[in-house]
Amino acid sequence: MGAQSIDDFAAGLSVQRQASVYQSSKDTHERRTQVLFDRFSDPDRLRRMAGDIKQHVIEHLDTYLPQVEERLKANGAQVHWAEDGEAACNAVLGIMRARGATKLVKSKTMVSEEIGLEAFLRKNGMESLETDLGEFIIQLDHDQPSHIVRPIAHKTRREIALSFEREGLGDYNDDPGAITQRARSFMRDKYVEAGVGLTGANFVSVESGRIVVVTNEGNSRFSLAGTRCHIALVGIEKLVPRDRDLGLLLNLLARSATGQQLSVYTEFISGPRAPTQPDGPDEMHVIFVDNGRTNALASDCREILRCIRCGACLNVCPVYRQASGHAYRSVYPGPLGAVLSPLLAGDRFADLADLPKASSLCGACHEVCPVNIPIPDLLLRLRARGKAEGAPRAAIGSPPMGVWALLATQPTAWKAALFGGRLLNHVHTKLIPVPALQSWARQRTLPPWRGGEFRKWMKERPRK
Amino acid sequence: MISAREQILARVRAALASLPQRAPLPDWDRDLVQSRQATPSTDLWELFSQRFSAVNGRPLTDAADVARLLSAAGWHFGYCDPALWPLFSDVLLEPFRVETEYERSHALKYEFGITWATGAIAETGSLILTDGMTSSRLAALAPWVHVAVVERSSIHATIPEALEAHPRDPNIIWVTGPSKTADVEGIMIEGVHGPGVQVALLAPGPRA
Repeated sequence: MGAQSIDDFAAGLSVQRQASVYQSSKDTHERRTQVLFDRFSDPDRLRRMAGDIKQHVIEHLDTYLPQVEERLKANGAQVHWAEDGEAACNAVLGIMRARGATKLVKSKTMVSEEIGLEAFLRKNGMESLETDLGEFIIQLDHDQPSHIVRPIAHKTRREIALSFEREGLGDYNDDPGAITQRARSFMRDKYVEAGVGLTGANFVSVESGRIVVVTNEGNSRFSLAGTRCHIALVGIEKLVPRDRDLGLLLNLLARSATGQQLSVYTEFISGPRAPTQPDGPDEMHVIFVDNGRTNALASDCREILRCIRCGACLNVCPVYRQASGHAYRSVYPGPLGAVLSPLLAGDRFADLADLPKASSLCGACHEVCPVNIPIPDLLLRLRARGKAEGAPRAAIGSPPMGVWALLATQPTAWKAALFGGRLLNHVHTKLIPVPALQSWARQRTLPPWRGGEFRKWMKERPRK
Repeated sequence: MISAREQILARVRAALASLPQRAPLPDWDRDLVQSRQATPSTDLWELFSQRFSAVNGRPLTDAADVARLLSAAGWHFGYCDPALWPLFSDVLLEPFRVETEYERSHALKYEFGITWATGAIAETGSLILTDGMTSSRLAALAPWVHVAVVERSSIHATIPEALEAHPRDPNIIWVTGPSKTADVEGIMIEGVHGPGVQVALLAPGPRA
């Protein structure tokens, strides 16, 4: 029995990196709390309502998906379906080839990360440029995003400045303003040169077929102003029933993600540009991607499909704050990822069966979730599944419970153990020869033993 | 061969088949997202100005102020929607060079762009731009300064009201301040891909 790999990863993080992940998560979380409670007297009512709406959507995808398809077509968009990542990649490639395009500018989309689009396009001779500042830096470094909203939460400005210097984007300068300006000027003409602009979608309204894309930097808007072809990669769970429901969800999304009332750019796209408009796509494609989502829908954890990818559960999670995003070995980190990634993995569930254990079940993720996903419950269900399927990774780091069960069913043995526990206060943790305890204690400090206090109080309390 | 569409829809139906009942669509009232802050100013332009300033937007009421702002920073080359030129022709004089015919090859050279906004949202300090009213998407995005001209009567109080009044337009965008990022160590920097200075100018009267 070794340590969980997430613990190993956390133990290997530099102090700087850990401090930076911790601080930025904590700051974002505090801004979120302030901006929610400042404005709404009962933000919990909003969360519950938003959760109910999204739950309704995922339980009616069989009717909503054909409806939204019809709406989109009526608006002049072309609709494609991709059962897995490969199919989604091929759909993008097919559209590019049909237009004779070789360059694509890409806004931040987690689905594209999920399906490995960039590597796929490169292999097929296409150029794909990340335009979100964080994702651009990830691309320069051939790295992976470590957070769904702040992809370079794990990088310091010094590391970024070194990458820019290495890539010929100017002399070493670690001022965030200078870094941003250099990315700005590097990107400008790329937008107008590219044949295709690719975005994700935060929401798609079934009622109007409007796709909502939210950014702060304006990169998605630039792709939709500079290029002539728009491709939206959309997970099949992204639907909302009515346009008015966006009034609730948009009120929650930016607040939960970054502590803003609204993100800077909230774009509603229902088709190719208006005939009078000189700029923007004359062709629009929507690719609905399954890639494991129907597995999640069929499971007893389907609530996770309510997720609107705000990242609030990452920012508040004590495990994420210590371990950072890459520790989760998947595109979606944090509590959300610990549920979603093993479900999306399909047959490879066992490979990620340890993720649901990377939680103290403190419940903070549930409390902050803008769509009220009961993440701790889902983690427990996945733990049970890991055990039921005998996934070896699900057992890593679990102490054998047999001894505990024996003690807990024998009052005399229990009392003796409580007494014995006191002796532990005088022995250094490192000297206790229990492997589970050793691996556990590498990242944590054992609190002083206080067993027996309750029994003592119970016995001595004054009785009426 | 079954199409991907049929395959996905079949999987969805199979996944949902075992549900004893399905979650109903809840209805919600606008009051749910009503601000609890002290009664907002009844003047929507005033409220908009406060909120727009809070996100580092620059609310102005006089075209001459726009000219002063541009000239102070030395931004002299720009584009102006021809429909708005009468409003600026008296104030954007030499050394300003303003093109009222949008020249795509100048898209990245313009230092400012002046276009109509379709409306605004007071509670969030957002401008609403649409394909129908904004003469060029690029002119409102690529220059360092974007000046959006807003009519007083087009300002909505809240997000739900703005959504209800959404025009039939293939592209609607809400712009809440200048373009920004906090990707590098959480430090806020403005002017990433879009404007670094976002101006809202109150139109002197109703649109002609």
